[in-house]
Amino acid sequence: MANTDIFQIRTEEAPRMPAPVSTTGAIGWMRQNLFSSIGNTILTVVGILLAYSIVAPFIQFALIDAVWTGENREACLPQDGGHGGACWAYVKAYLPQFIYGRYPVDEIWRVNIVYALFLLLLVPLAIPSAPFKKTNAILFLVVFPIVAYFLLTGLVIGDAVILPIVETAVWGGLLVTLVIAVTGIVASLPLGVALALGRRSKMPIIKMVSIIFIEFWRGVPLITVLFMSSVMLPLFLPEGVTFDKLLRVLIGVTLFSAAYMAEVVRGGLQAIPKGQYEGAMAVGLRFWPMMYLIILPQALKLVIPGIVNTFIGLFKDTTLVLIVGMFDLLGQIQSSFTDPTWSTPSQGHTGYLFAAIVFFVFCFGMSRYSIFMEKKLHTGHKR
Amino acid sequence: MSKKILPLVIGAAMGVAATTAAGATTLEDVKAKGFIQCGVSQGLPGFSNPDAQGNWTGLDVDLCRAMAAAVFGDASAVKYTPLSAKERFTALQSGEVDVLSRNTTWTMSRDTQLGLNFAGVNYYDGQGFMVRKDLGVTSALELSGASVCTNTGTTTELNVADYFRANNMPYEIVAFEKADEVVAAYDAGRCDVYTTDASGLYAQRLKLTNPGDHMVLPEIISKEPLGPVVRQGDDEWFNIAKWTLNAMLNAEELGVTSENVDEMKSSDNPSIKRLLGVEGAFGEAIGLSNDWAYNIVKNVGNYEESFNANVGPDTPLGISRGVNALWNDGGFMYAPPVR
Repeated sequence: MANTDIFQIRTEEAPRMPAPVSTTGAIGWMRQNLFSSIGNTILTVVGILLAYSIVAPFIQFALIDAVWTGENREACLPQDGGHGGACWAYVKAYLPQFIYGRYPVDEIWRVNIVYALFLLLLVPLAIPSAPFKKTNAILFLVVFPIVAYFLLTGLVIGDAVILPIVETAVWGGLLVTLVIAVTGIVASLPLGVALALGRRSKMPIIKMVSIIFIEFWRGVPLITVLFMSSVMLPLFLPEGVTFDKLLRVLIGVTLFSAAYMAEVVRGGLQAIPKGQYEGAMAVGLRFWPMMYLIILPQALKLVIPGIVNTFIGLFKDTTLVLIVGMFDLLGQIQSSFTDPTWSTPSQGHTGYLFAAIVFFVFCFGMSRYSIFMEKKLHTGHKR
Repeated sequence: MSKKILPLVIGAAMGVAATTAAGATTLEDVKAKGFIQCGVSQGLPGFSNPDAQGNWTGLDVDLCRAMAAAVFGDASAVKYTPLSAKERFTALQSGEVDVLSRNTTWTMSRDTQLGLNFAGVNYYDGQGFMVRKDLGVTSALELSGASVCTNTGTTTELNVADYFRANNMPYEIVAFEKADEVVAAYDAGRCDVYTTDASGLYAQRLKLTNPGDHMVLPEIISKEPLGPVVRQGDDEWFNIAKWTLNAMLNAEELGVTSENVDEMKSSDNPSIKRLLGVEGAFGEAIGLSNDWAYNIVKNVGNYEESFNANVGPDTPLGISRGVNALWNDGGFMYAPPVR
């Protein structure tokens, strides 16, 4: 029989005390992550000051001082002189031109259809769980380019004008940027893969040709390629015959990025262990099935970051076409600076800010998508 | 197999360019294709610049529209090729454009050595200086030791060098590639003086934070007569360009505007009758219909209307007529009569 008068036996746990305030919640988190040492504290303070000094004026310019509506430059001129905020009214007035260039207004529906088709086919293609992948890919890679080509340029059969011809000279803005980027991206990947395989081939001629091709295109700046294609090429062609300027640029950009792509893919191929090849041969696969079924899927998966890197670079390089007198998004924005109707001190800043936002959306989108794909395809390379 | 496909592929990929066929005059070519291919600048505010609707507007553009009105009776029968300063003459020589109306200075070498003809002057320009008012300078001759902002690789730079050296003044050039950069630098106080053609000064002043704090000095240090250019050796087309401009000037002088041109047809003034094709066959003499000038004024307007709509005091540019006024109004504009 226990004598409970002399000593006490606890029959349940003592109540838990809350943790010290300084180690939990937001304060605790900050202490642990931002102010854990003197050096960290200094870095944190400097970082906050730096961020504030950049972000605050930006918000001030782009949102607080901004002018959203107006008919002409008067709207964006600050009353007391000085430098006003962003003139979004000007971007609004010019938006159709930034998106379509000088594409005839009556025909703009054609561009819209192309944009819509592009999204309609690309989105399910990009979502791994969407069905009918094969059909979708064929539609996107084979049918869509043909349809888009005729929609954008026009279609005349004999004397019957089904769609009026629109010369590429009046294309511009985002349309040109996307046409060059998408064509370059879609066409340079297969070309790059072929070149990479060619460079690793045991057949001397193919190997030589691939190496020469790759090294040639990697040895010249893109701007030279564009100059050559737009200025020199017509000199080599017979009198009175000329390629379309946009087509020349497309070919130049595609071949240029294909060479870069080839080296990225080659890096992936080199990372595949010999055992994979031998295993594939052991089960009786010939060269192409082996490549298509075993080697390339693994190699391409390994170099997704490199491939997307090249894509993003290509997308941004499209702005170089303004050198050869084509108006991509940036060129179109720059050309709008010459309209006295909207000339204000903030016009240039606003235009370039708009360009930066648009490019960021596209490039950051590509980057996020590639990270998503990497995670998705992650099959046992985790360290 | 490949022999059959290759021509098809090449044929599909190539648009056959319309180059001048041997023997065909420019006018025949233009009539055959149904429009005038007009070489313009890549954007000089008020002279040739695209607007928010994507249409080209400006004083130089109006000249092309007037030529189209003279040839087709329709001012919209024009297609535009934006050309950089470097490629403009090549484009005209090679037949890529039919007329170059692109703030191009008429000089002897250009007129005599490039196989081109200047068809007249539609704007008398000249290089000027802009300074801050608080600099306390009233004349360009007081700019000794100044730093001068300008564009690289233009005659502007050379003119500055000539002027400062001729007047024994030390100076420092701060040059940039693009006009926007030059303005930004001047606005930020990187240099004391901003120099370019007077027409450009007015355009760029719109981009300064406080336009009222700046003034254009009275000195004009160069002669820059700007005008339309055509290929040499095709006098018929040369005449059309020349007389399109003259018709616009004569219309202004005679008080014929796009508003009153229909009433003016029944005017008693023989000069007006001849201009509007009521009397004589002046249009046929240059290969056009006799109402060529009527079409110009009706569709585009006279010189004054074009000037006021594009660069005049009521536009953002606010350029006064100055030396570009008519000869009987204290300016240089003097067109030979239609007689």
